[in-house]
Amino acid sequence: MPDFPTPRSDGPRIRELAEIGGRSDTRDVLAHATKQAQREYDDYFIVDIDAHVSEDHFWGEVLERIDNDVWRHIGMDQFGKFAGNNALLNIQPGMSHQSVGGRIGHQGRKEPMDGESGHPFVTAARRGMDAMGLDYQVVFPSAMLLLGMHPQDEVEVVLGRAFNRWLTEVVLRQDDRLKGMLYLPYNTPEVCEELVEKYADDEGIIGYTVCSTRNNPVHSDVYTRLYKLIEASGKPLAFHSGYHWGDPSFAQLNRFLSMHALSFTHYNQIHVTNWIINAMPERFPDIKMVWVESGLAWIPFLMQRLDHEVLMRPSEAPGLTRLPSEYMKEMWYTSQPMERTSMELLEAGMKAFNAETQLLYSSDWPHWDWDAPSTITRLPFLSEQAKRNILGLNAARVFNLPTDRRKPAATSVLQQRPGIS
Amino acid sequence: MSTGHRDVVVAGLADLRERERVVVEVDGLELGVYLHAGEVRAWHNVCPHQGGPVCQGKIMPRTIQPLRDDRKSAGPAFHPADRNIVCPWHGFEFDILTGRHPAHSGVGLRPIPVRVEGDEVIVTI
Ligand code: FES
Repeated sequence: MPDFPTPRSDGPRIRELAEIGGRSDTRDVLAHATKQAQREYDDYFIVDIDAHVSEDHFWGEVLERIDNDVWRHIGMDQFGKFAGNNALLNIQPGMSHQSVGGRIGHQGRKEPMDGESGHPFVTAARRGMDAMGLDYQVVFPSAMLLLGMHPQDEVEVVLGRAFNRWLTEVVLRQDDRLKGMLYLPYNTPEVCEELVEKYADDEGIIGYTVCSTRNNPVHSDVYTRLYKLIEASGKPLAFHSGYHWGDPSFAQLNRFLSMHALSFTHYNQIHVTNWIINAMPERFPDIKMVWVESGLAWIPFLMQRLDHEVLMRPSEAPGLTRLPSEYMKEMWYTSQPMERTSMELLEAGMKAFNAETQLLYSSDWPHWDWDAPSTITRLPFLSEQAKRNILGLNAARVFNLPTDRRKPAATSVLQQRPGIS
Repeated sequence: MSTGHRDVVVAGLADLRERERVVVEVDGLELGVYLHAGEVRAWHNVCPHQGGPVCQGKIMPRTIQPLRDDRKSAGPAFHPADRNIVCPWHGFEFDILTGRHPAHSGVGLRPIPVRVEGDEVIVTI
């Protein structure tokens, strides 16, 4: 706090607010969201379906859980020598432009946890949940989102297994407001089956996730047994999208903005198209499909586009008894990053896929393009009930979560730490 | 809480000149005060996008795309004079002096009246 000149008015209380950066306390970065919660939605039940573990910050803890001696040795060797948090992974650090050259200060969080007991990831996640007013948060990996494009399938397998162990043994045990989706090393279907069976009774695991950035045809018969197991589990199967500059078409794009706009929607569009045209909703009618982190604008486009094609070429989609859009209205979608520059388009799109029952709020915190819960509460065309459904009640149905309040009051969060940075 | 407007000294001019920006909360109202190119501006610390703490972000030169004489791109460059406020939540940028977003003139920061008297920077809130 600097020495301010003596006030000439009636003694106002002046407090300095500092710049927000990677080391800022999560509660300071999100203090405005806490104030929004206090004013607008403190009594809502809120589930955040897509937040991120930033497992790369604790990558050594994951690597040491690799169950293969040789791969663990290689991983730890890379970790200690030149690759650090990128050991064994196939991300390209020089093409990670998420923070826009450091302009978005909170991206890549490294806040101190002095004096806090428990795992630093759990502490950071709890700060975020409390600051945003979330009752539950579902955490996904970050650096592992591109593993589907790793040229060595066995690396996806060993890292997938190690991550699942770390997630369930270290993270989810420490706070039951945190929930996880099991990482499925989808390039190796039999290991996916083994993992679904192994974690069937784990309370922290509330679903399964496939990182969408990959070229596997989701309708392939190699997945039949996996889908039967998932269907029997009653837990949803989520596809989480991402970007991949190595895809030849995307190699034309010269900005991360362009890549981000197209790539995330691209992979989920391909998987949804294959899923529907090959009649997977008819063959596995009880699998709850959730499509994560592609925004919403692509959904009405794909509904209309596929309906149009199927009407002209029904012989190429012989397993369908209804139009593609009808199946798409029965799937679930996460909200972030929700395109909101045209309220008319957003309203029409939400109507098209029954957002009131099918949309699940997600923050994507702590990534650069995260959405606060106010992105839902401030939509002018939604009813109060629709807002409550989207922010938490739909998720409670899909993921079988109890709806009793789990979060502290926003007022007490602000009292404890009013946001200074 | 008083009803009428009132003047509050929020910074010393010398301090602001050195730091370019001071962000304060005055009785619950958050605002950022900026000094750039000899001009003083004050903006509400609430971003028009999602309500983020816009004034607590970085100050960056505006990025421009100069063209060569043959209209080929000369690559991105920093504007020699213009400075933008970058919101730390998602990266919306606003010109320090006009408060406007570089790509959408309809999106901007909310101003607060500010003036300098002697060595004092005074906002009216
Ligand atoms: S709230 Fe400022 S950029 Fe989103």
